[in-house]
Amino acid sequence: MLDQSYYEKTDEIIEFYGRKASSLIPIMQDIQAEYRYLPGELLTYVAKEIGVREAKAYSVATFYENFSFEPKGKYIIKVCDGTACHVRKSIPILEALQKELGLSKKKHTTDDMLFTVETVSCLGACGLAPTMTVNNEVYPSMTPEKALDLIAELRGDNV
Amino acid sequence: MGFMTIDGRKVEFTDEKNVLSVIRKAGIDLPTLCYHSELSTFGACRLCTVEDDRGRTFASCSEEPRDGMVIYTNSGRIKKYRKMIVELLLSAHCRDCTTCVKSGECKLQELAHRMNITTVRFQNTREERPLDTSSPALIRDPNKCILCGNCVRACRELQGLEVLGFTHRGTDAMVTPAFDKPLSETDCVSCGQCRVFCPTGAISIRTNMDEVWDAINDPNTRVVAQVAPAVRVAVGDAFGLTKGHSVMGKLVAVLHRMGFDEVYDTTFAADLTIMEESKEFLNRVEKNEKLPLLTSCCPAWVKFVCDQYPEFKDNLSTCRSPQGMFSAVIKEYYKNPEKNQGKKTFVVSIMPCTAKKMEILRSNNFTHGEQDTDIVLTTTEIIRMINNSGIDFASQETEACDMPFGFGSGAGAIFGVTGGVTEAMLRRLADDHNKATMDAIAEAGARGDEGIKEFTVNYKGTDLNVCVASGLANAQTVMEDVKNGRKHYHIIEIMACRRGCIMGGGQPPRAGDRTKSARRDGLYQADHVTSIRKADENPLILSLYDTLLKDKAHELLHVDKY
Repeated sequence: MLDQSYYEKTDEIIEFYGRKASSLIPIMQDIQAEYRYLPGELLTYVAKEIGVREAKAYSVATFYENFSFEPKGKYIIKVCDGTACHVRKSIPILEALQKELGLSKKKHTTDDMLFTVETVSCLGACGLAPTMTVNNEVYPSMTPEKALDLIAELRGDNV
Repeated sequence: MGFMTIDGRKVEFTDEKNVLSVIRKAGIDLPTLCYHSELSTFGACRLCTVEDDRGRTFASCSEEPRDGMVIYTNSGRIKKYRKMIVELLLSAHCRDCTTCVKSGECKLQELAHRMNITTVRFQNTREERPLDTSSPALIRDPNKCILCGNCVRACRELQGLEVLGFTHRGTDAMVTPAFDKPLSETDCVSCGQCRVFCPTGAISIRTNMDEVWDAINDPNTRVVAQVAPAVRVAVGDAFGLTKGHSVMGKLVAVLHRMGFDEVYDTTFAADLTIMEESKEFLNRVEKNEKLPLLTSCCPAWVKFVCDQYPEFKDNLSTCRSPQGMFSAVIKEYYKNPEKNQGKKTFVVSIMPCTAKKMEILRSNNFTHGEQDTDIVLTTTEIIRMINNSGIDFASQETEACDMPFGFGSGAGAIFGVTGGVTEAMLRRLADDHNKATMDAIAEAGARGDEGIKEFTVNYKGTDLNVCVASGLANAQTVMEDVKNGRKHYHIIEIMACRRGCIMGGGQPPRAGDRTKSARRDGLYQADHVTSIRKADENPLILSLYDTLLKDKAHELLHVDKY
């Protein structure tokens, strides 16, 4: 069960965008910005409040890769797997990160809630391929080795 | 209006809404998986793709007819595409056809056969997913889903519920309830319309045929069947008999031969429902309380009210459905040791409906804490059981139902079609049974295929506003009007399935416009040839009130609360 404060915050967000179906995505974005993820209970709550069926809201939330129902780690690493990055070998980077952090296609976040690793379809920085971002900071021309060094560095900051 | 050329032949079109309809009218059965005239056009399956004279290909379901169009439906290129589409669908589909519940009725199977696909070149990379068996009425097998979206649209557009939705996207796309919850934890009302529109075995009826065979084979069990009105006009079609003709007589004979000890007619209990519900209605009108009265025959609608409009729960009639009344009465009847002769009574109700499977498990339908109806078989299941028994249905001599519960009035028979309950009640309220009176009631406004009908009748100086609707999306419109004070009715009859039980979720699917009207006309015909057309003139009912139902009418025929 979520704390009451989550619902109060959500009410605020709903009021801001208005109780209509078209507010769904902005509301979800704001909730995710607030909590770094989209708690399922809140999605159900929002759907009811703005008059959208739960299945529809869930459908929209799962369509966009950006929304996550799982709490994300402190560092959100996005490995670009757009065409340019893919051909310049982004997958080995992803695999190296997953191996190092014990993650997989199904498991995106480490148990200590420090790292979340996911792929994105294009970051729009094809000239810097292969690219990845950590909490929106861009790291260009990555290799598996550079990625692992970065992990070690970030871990060091948190000792 | 205009002309187009289809495969070199000039074809006239008038008001067809898409090229596909024109092509089909021209006698070419262009295959589709996602197109249904009753649902919105989706354009997902691409099987109706055709080519024009400029080599452009497009989905004919999503293209408006234009004068002068030149269309090719069977060019080499199109044929190749079409075959490829089916092959790709098959590659990500469970191919255990022989053991699939849908085998023989599956559209994908049929298309694979039609396209002459003998091997599938592509590997199935889809992850095997567990079945959802949580619902008492339906089974969802995601491995057989082809993402045509028919169930999603049926649930949203016809039923206004949208329990199912598309989730994720691309190769991860699936159809599931929100958060992949089991159906039993959603607002699903078990109406089964998703299953009617599903072209494959992805959504199917939860069958109970084995339990019934076991009961039949047990010598210490008396197996009693009750047959709902809409079943008799849908079974014959499966055995090559005229669409929509009532085959009740043959069905009774076959059920006897299959081993059912007694076969009764649910129309008998429909008469009981009318007696009880009209009494309740007049009582409420007199006291001007709990109006509008909401009918309670349809379990999917009852659950819909409880889930979506709980503030109107008290407006629901407390009458059990005819199925519920029947089973309670029969169980009470066989409580008497002289009657039961030491045998256990097992009530099987044969229904056009999947939601009835859910209704019998709701504890407010129990009598003295016990479940009255043991098993619900849908029309689809009884057809399968008849096939299983090997009995030649079509050549059977007709038989009559058993006594003492084997006769219902014509008013009971029309329960299976939208407006029937209302019409039956109006007959009950009428003072006489003259043909003119009955005809006038038939014309009052309850009949017809429209989703929402409203009319006013005068009863002893009082104007009664009546609303009859079918399809839960229409029900929602009606309830919103009532809730917001825009409409004031005295009685609202709702059937969850469009056109009523004749198009129920348990009926044989793939029923087009001809079948729909044939089933409807079949029930009106059955009513027409019955000499007793008013529930209150059914002699069996009247004697029951003096005997078995004496002081017990409420406990056997009503629910205490919803």
